[in-house]
Amino acid sequence: MADAQFGAAGALPRADLDDVELYHPHSWLTKYVFSQDAKIIAVQYSCTALAIGLVALVLSWLVRLQLGFPGVASFIGPKEYYQFITMHGMIMVIYLLTALFLGGFGNYLIPLMLGARDMVFPYVNMLSYWIYLLAVLVLVASFFVPGGPTGAGWTLYPPQAILAGTPGQEWGIVLMLVSLILFIIGFTMGGVNYVVTVLQARAPGMTLMRMPLTIWGIFTATVLALLAFPALFVGAVMMLLDRLLGTSFFMPAIVEAGQRLAYGGGSPILFQHLFWFFGHPEVYIVALPAFGIVSDLISTHARKNIFGYRMMVWAIVAIGALSFVVWAHHMYVSGMNPYFGFFFATTTLVIAIPTAIKVYNWVLTLWRGDIHLTLPMLFALAFIVTFLNGGLTGLFLGNVVVDVPLSDTLFVVAHFHMVMGVAPILVIFGGLYHWYPKVTGRMLDERLGQLHFWATFLGAYAIFFPMHYLGLMGVPRRYFDIEGLGFVTPSVATLNAFISIVAFLVGAAQIVFLVNLARSRTHGAPAGGNPWRATTLEWQTPETPPAHGNWGRTLPVVYRWPYDYSVPGADRDFVPQNQPGLTRAEAGAAS
Amino acid sequence: MALVLVLIALGSIAFHLLSPWWWTPIASNWDYIDTTLIITFWITGIAFAAIVLFVAYCVFRFRHRPGQQAAYEPESRRLEAWLIGLTALGVAAMLAPGLIVWGQFVRVPSHATEIEIVAQQWRWSFRLPGADKRLGAADIRHVSDENPLGLDPQDAAARDDVVVDGGDLHLPVGHPVKVLLRSIDVVHNFYVPEFRAKMDMIPGMITYFWFTPTRTGAFDALCNEVCGVSHYAMRGRVVVDAEPEYRTWLDQQKTFAQLASGPAGIRHAARLRADRGR
Repeated sequence: MADAQFGAAGALPRADLDDVELYHPHSWLTKYVFSQDAKIIAVQYSCTALAIGLVALVLSWLVRLQLGFPGVASFIGPKEYYQFITMHGMIMVIYLLTALFLGGFGNYLIPLMLGARDMVFPYVNMLSYWIYLLAVLVLVASFFVPGGPTGAGWTLYPPQAILAGTPGQEWGIVLMLVSLILFIIGFTMGGVNYVVTVLQARAPGMTLMRMPLTIWGIFTATVLALLAFPALFVGAVMMLLDRLLGTSFFMPAIVEAGQRLAYGGGSPILFQHLFWFFGHPEVYIVALPAFGIVSDLISTHARKNIFGYRMMVWAIVAIGALSFVVWAHHMYVSGMNPYFGFFFATTTLVIAIPTAIKVYNWVLTLWRGDIHLTLPMLFALAFIVTFLNGGLTGLFLGNVVVDVPLSDTLFVVAHFHMVMGVAPILVIFGGLYHWYPKVTGRMLDERLGQLHFWATFLGAYAIFFPMHYLGLMGVPRRYFDIEGLGFVTPSVATLNAFISIVAFLVGAAQIVFLVNLARSRTHGAPAGGNPWRATTLEWQTPETPPAHGNWGRTLPVVYRWPYDYSVPGADRDFVPQNQPGLTRAEAGAAS
Repeated sequence: MALVLVLIALGSIAFHLLSPWWWTPIASNWDYIDTTLIITFWITGIAFAAIVLFVAYCVFRFRHRPGQQAAYEPESRRLEAWLIGLTALGVAAMLAPGLIVWGQFVRVPSHATEIEIVAQQWRWSFRLPGADKRLGAADIRHVSDENPLGLDPQDAAARDDVVVDGGDLHLPVGHPVKVLLRSIDVVHNFYVPEFRAKMDMIPGMITYFWFTPTRTGAFDALCNEVCGVSHYAMRGRVVVDAEPEYRTWLDQQKTFAQLASGPAGIRHAARLRADRGR
């Protein structure tokens, strides 16, 4: 490897170069509220995302209440039911998962893991958060307008999304589209920051192939998001015009309840293409940061280098590239030209290969490791199980002809919850348990954490694994009530009630987690600077929590890759990236 | 943790084998789809059990003990090449039968009878070809309470079409049908689980799928694409008859011409208006 000579004297640039002057806050307000420090912005993003996520959690309870015990809650009618599932889905995918991985983890970890002082455009970064907050507030406002929020399903398919037969047609859908537009504007401001910071602000010696996989995941996901969100943006703008100005981008000639509407000439299926051109990469916008983070958790807590680092990097890049040519696998039964099915089934199943490589490499990292079953490690192992399960059921749905009977049944609901709900959220938890000590200087409580882990992991699996079989039977998704369907056996009601009860318990376990987050901030055990004995730069800061500017007077210099755990002959079982000397792996590759 | 992982792997397999929830007994020619699904279950099931059990073994065997040190092993090209090859093989074993069956799905047999299903919020209507064995023209411009499917009154081929509005769809067993799908308002989807096949219906387009009913009986149909607040209540029924019963039923149905002129059409229109008033 060419950069192996970095150990030699004089080959490195000086690390004590004068820095570009950072903006220094002058008051409490500019330090903690209108802050330009990526670490504060990360905490703001995370707290907002968790708060709105709590709303989504309550909505999921209400949905399960109706499905498990139909008619028990008199305040849930079909209108409310469709509003709840729509808002639950949209909040989880966009306002929680995307915001938390990129705005939360991205902001905190990119500068720290790369040895930068901050994001390269701190002011734009601050704006990114405030626009995101505005988007969340607009979304929440839709609960309080006449007619309530939209009940169009999170996919918002026109024409129904903007017609009178769907709840929230008056205001809800308008606020939803405006909120999405705001979110994308805010995200773009953050995303430009993440990409430019990764490309331009790395510490001396931090080559691209020495970046932790967390950064590779977040970086690639951000590139995907910058390319994919514009498709949703134009879709949202066009639908807003159809709704407010009576244009017909997505609206053909329609007779609604006996009345011929003024629309004509548009294409409903065009929206589906735009939506999924965004929507499929979106899966990987959530998954790739999770892949990266889980790689680092496994390596650190198994005290072993990640197996096949270079293959892992290329797998991330390959998955990112392929994710743009698989979108129509969401549309096999949409009525598009059925010959598309051959192409999209092939690309979709091919993407399984780099994904499988990642799973193998995580598992092989455990092989002959020194596995510490810490909370981050437990969550990482749970991620492997749930992601594997959800990924494998993707092979059913991606294979066009198998998808035909299963699409729009509970099989799909179970699949996507397992693969992009449960699995990434387990990584989020693992990441929070892992980095909380760096953010606050204190450890999260172990006993509450164990309770949270076992309830969440086993509960989520018990919810979604059996659900696949209901979908196989043909039980449709997005049904307020399945009463009266001849092919549904009576035992389905029992299983639905069981799933609902488990869902209530799993939800309650998240309250335990929030209590832990709040309590440990003042009552947790002091963590020290590097409680996990990790190699990456964020654990080598002079202060914990890191101060504004991160590194004191001089930037760190990077001498090695991020996975020097259990190096034979080293005096400790980890060698930090900024410790001089040649990496064994790189020395081997150079010789 | 290792024990829990073993239990998850074995428990999932046990659930798969023992649970009472499984697909509905098939009633169409698409048992190829079921076969592909079974192949996929086998391959993915083996992969799932193997990997989870391997993780369980690692967690047990390489758990932290004082003095233990992990191996230092950055990569192994040979192993990675083997794993890629094996995965590609598994993927091909699922994709190949999938694409072959999809080839059958998109190619409609030339002797299939064309029938039409029209969706609107939140009900189904059906149309069968008349004596001329073909469906006449239709356009949303012609839709009215008296003509809910929007058939073209000027088209002779449309005037003899059999219109079933508000009743069950009957089909003769053993004859392939090409189902043409239309919607006059929003996106819907016509799904009978026992037939396996389904397709969205899009306003402004005609979509299709085909199948051959293989056993008689009455099957529930449901809308399978969210279409508004009463989506869940948009149900229907398909009755597959032996040939004589099918003939009897067909003879009782009205053609478009009969419906449009006779009192039945006017009564029907009045009922529609009353429905909407509720």
